[in-house]
Amino acid sequence: MKLELIGITKRFGSLVANDHIDLVVLPGQVHSLLGENGAGKSTLMNVLYGLYDPTEGEILVNDKPVTFKGPGDAMAAGIGMVHQHFMLVPVFTVAENVALGNESTKAGGMLNLQETRTRIRRISDQYGFDVDPDAVVEDLPVGVQQRVEIIKALVRDAEVLILDEPTAVLTPRETDELLGIIAQLKADGKSIVFISHKLREVKAVSDVITVVRRGRVVGTADPSAPTTELASLMVGRSVSLTLDKKPSTPGEVTFRVRDLTVQAANGQHVVDGLSFDVAEGEILAIAGVQGNGQTELTEAIMGLQDHVTGSITLGGNELVGRSVKEVIRAGVGFVPEDRSVEGLVGTFSVAENLILNRYDGAPFAKGLSMSRAAIDKNAEEKIAEFDVRTQSASSAAGTLSGGNQQKVVMAREFSRPLKLFIASQPTRGVDVGSIEFLHRRIVAERDAGTPVMIVSTELDEVLELADRIAVLYRGRLMGIVPGTVSRDVLGLMMAGMPADEALAQAHDVQGGNL
Amino acid sequence: MSTATTARDERKNGAGDATVRSWKTPVILSVVALFALLVFALGAPGNEVTFRLSEENDPIVLPSIVVSAPVIGWIAALAMAALAVLAILRTRSERKIPTWVLAVFAVLFLVAFLTWVVGSARTPNVALYGLLAGSVTLAVPLIFGSLSGVLCERSGVVNIAIEGQLLFGAFAAAVAASLSGSALVGLLAAAVAGVLVSLVLAVFSIRYVVNQVIVGVVLNVLVSGLTGFLFSAVLSEDSERWNSPPRLPVIEIPLLADIPVIGPILFQQTIVGYLMYIAVAAVYVALYHSRWGLRTRAVGEHPKAADTLGVNVNRMRFLNVLLAGVVAGVGGSFFTLVAVSGFGRDMTAGQGYIALAALIFGRWNPIGAFFAALLFGFATNLSNVLSLLGTPVPDQFLRMLPYVVTVFAVAGLVGRSRAPGASGIPYIKG
Repeated sequence: MKLELIGITKRFGSLVANDHIDLVVLPGQVHSLLGENGAGKSTLMNVLYGLYDPTEGEILVNDKPVTFKGPGDAMAAGIGMVHQHFMLVPVFTVAENVALGNESTKAGGMLNLQETRTRIRRISDQYGFDVDPDAVVEDLPVGVQQRVEIIKALVRDAEVLILDEPTAVLTPRETDELLGIIAQLKADGKSIVFISHKLREVKAVSDVITVVRRGRVVGTADPSAPTTELASLMVGRSVSLTLDKKPSTPGEVTFRVRDLTVQAANGQHVVDGLSFDVAEGEILAIAGVQGNGQTELTEAIMGLQDHVTGSITLGGNELVGRSVKEVIRAGVGFVPEDRSVEGLVGTFSVAENLILNRYDGAPFAKGLSMSRAAIDKNAEEKIAEFDVRTQSASSAAGTLSGGNQQKVVMAREFSRPLKLFIASQPTRGVDVGSIEFLHRRIVAERDAGTPVMIVSTELDEVLELADRIAVLYRGRLMGIVPGTVSRDVLGLMMAGMPADEALAQAHDVQGGNL
Repeated sequence: MSTATTARDERKNGAGDATVRSWKTPVILSVVALFALLVFALGAPGNEVTFRLSEENDPIVLPSIVVSAPVIGWIAALAMAALAVLAILRTRSERKIPTWVLAVFAVLFLVAFLTWVVGSARTPNVALYGLLAGSVTLAVPLIFGSLSGVLCERSGVVNIAIEGQLLFGAFAAAVAASLSGSALVGLLAAAVAGVLVSLVLAVFSIRYVVNQVIVGVVLNVLVSGLTGFLFSAVLSEDSERWNSPPRLPVIEIPLLADIPVIGPILFQQTIVGYLMYIAVAAVYVALYHSRWGLRTRAVGEHPKAADTLGVNVNRMRFLNVLLAGVVAGVGGSFFTLVAVSGFGRDMTAGQGYIALAALIFGRWNPIGAFFAALLFGFATNLSNVLSLLGTPVPDQFLRMLPYVVTVFAVAGLVGRSRAPGASGIPYIKG
């Protein structure tokens, strides 16, 4: 099936999310849409999938114009979509999720799930998906949930499959498996639209690459083009993808975690017996697929979790059982993983957000009142120092772009002397330009002698920043490896293999190849 | 490939392993067992207690159960203590307490309590069949109400307006039946009245995205005020004409109605009673086995997912809320066409809220809500029967019984039962 988008424009009020975008997807082709977060890729696909009405422009299927009033129309035309956030009902079984909206029924509208199961098994066998139709979706690993999404599209006879940031939640191994599935689908004559901001994957999987920036198509590229060329096309200026970083000079070990266990409300040990150290002047990265206990680990350190056992000491002082305020007072700086929910108060001004951790002391507080002048002065300095792009210090923090919001959070946390710096997903949803800046600030903090702990699910970021890497899997530590370790080893560890085995296996494979 | 498989197996097994050592359950069981020993065993009345299973002139007469209050008190209390010890041992060895322990414990407590409370009465003799049949009867409006809640909440709309639906149903049934002289017309009018209340709820909460809880509460107050005003301004003026509905006849199913104990419960009901059983079964089957049910649950759990598959979320919700109005309206007719003949100001007396509690206690499942409502009906009926028998427990405390049971039942489930994911959250496209 040939799919063509001509001059698609989508405006939300004064914001132009898509500006006259043209795109042609041919059968049996993997067409990648490459662009930064917020470049308008998802908006475009939501237009194509009938979730948004385009302000202008046309969609042609096999050279005939079509209009989609809703996803139902798009599906009927043979377009299937796997959303970045899976559209699966967590408490339903696989069969129920696949059947929804496309139910086979017996007399009286009664469900015929048996037929759905048969169709799931057929597709599952054809592509080697290994999906049980009666499993409850919330119990399945993310990679399998993604296959359920693909099955949903295939059951509806999709000819064009849109994959929106499909690798964001996968382990490296699951990513490889997904790339294999894409190759199979392509061989069957399906078209794939692959949306991503990850250059490596885009290069590996695509036949054609279309680069989108600020809502416009800025060019097409061949997958064989060098990475730096793709990156500068995506960002709009030349970028250095590697960070200049001196080797670390670790000092005294001041931050120790011993047998740390965090119990969730359902009794599961979400963090299970962790022990590690971070020395002054080094960066320890916590790697792992999302949801393997990273959030709970950082929250336990900050005093945000109940049911914590074990010990966390900073400079000899126990932190377990302390209040958040006491932990902050002890000199811990924290960048939470979701800045819009936990890092900032979106309706407060930038200036106010910049003093959230120091509002109750001099120079900002005077008795019961706040000192407006001191707050404004502080804001001016920080905005200049961190190059925060905002209309004014009194703009609401929620109106800033992701990268600038993160700079505000980071500026606030670096605004006082730190004994430990923790950042969760420091550059998630941040534009490439800001990533460079934020990374350099983190390394500068390390070089100033602060122990730094970075939690990231992005392997690139981990390898870029880390002096040592700890991998979490199901709340347990798979081991700590040097920052120079190979991607393969980390991939194996992220899938639950202990460090020594992973190192041995990766070594074997390499030996075999030579 | 093998690595991925092992990792997945591990994850599957790992999930069950990590159990918490929670002392909540054993402590509660121990305290209750101690209470049983002190009150039901040591404080047992010395006489015998009679539980009648049938009336003397029933076609099939079962012998009455006569037990000695101290014997039952001691046996039950000691058995409860044994179960509490079992629970403590289980918890100490970090194993799960089996569900049957809790079920048996609850039954023992109920038996001991009944024996003690009836034994302490002036006439230690109670008709067990009447107690049970009465519970079902009192539970009828609760069951309709909670089914209405199931239909709404499963599709993602919180229905606080059950009380208003019941009350308006009761009012409409009384007036329509009085004017037409036909109880069946009253039944239909009740359904229409329920839908009217639902319509307001649906329009405001779905179309205009007003907070669902607030709309619900406002509707309850509105219906209470409106029916109260009409009652004093119109109905009381000429109650012959406006407020003397004929009652729905009890339809006995031949032979089946003669079965002792369960006959009167199942086969000696008015049409509203039979409709109740049909509604529970129909909602259950439809919710879990029909296309409509699958879409309803999807819309209540993850509306966006349903939308991306071409299901019209707000239309599904709208229809469900209207259907819920039919169910609750019919339930309201019970008050004026079955229980008493005539409407009284605020006669539903908070039953709609108890129905809401039954819905939560029953974990948003029609069958669960049915049994939860039965429990509340039983508590209400027990307090009625006991006050007639003349027990040592003050009347005021007995009348608190159903509400105390409700509070404990719902509180005991907090954190354990899970509401539909999107219940109470309006769906706005895009």
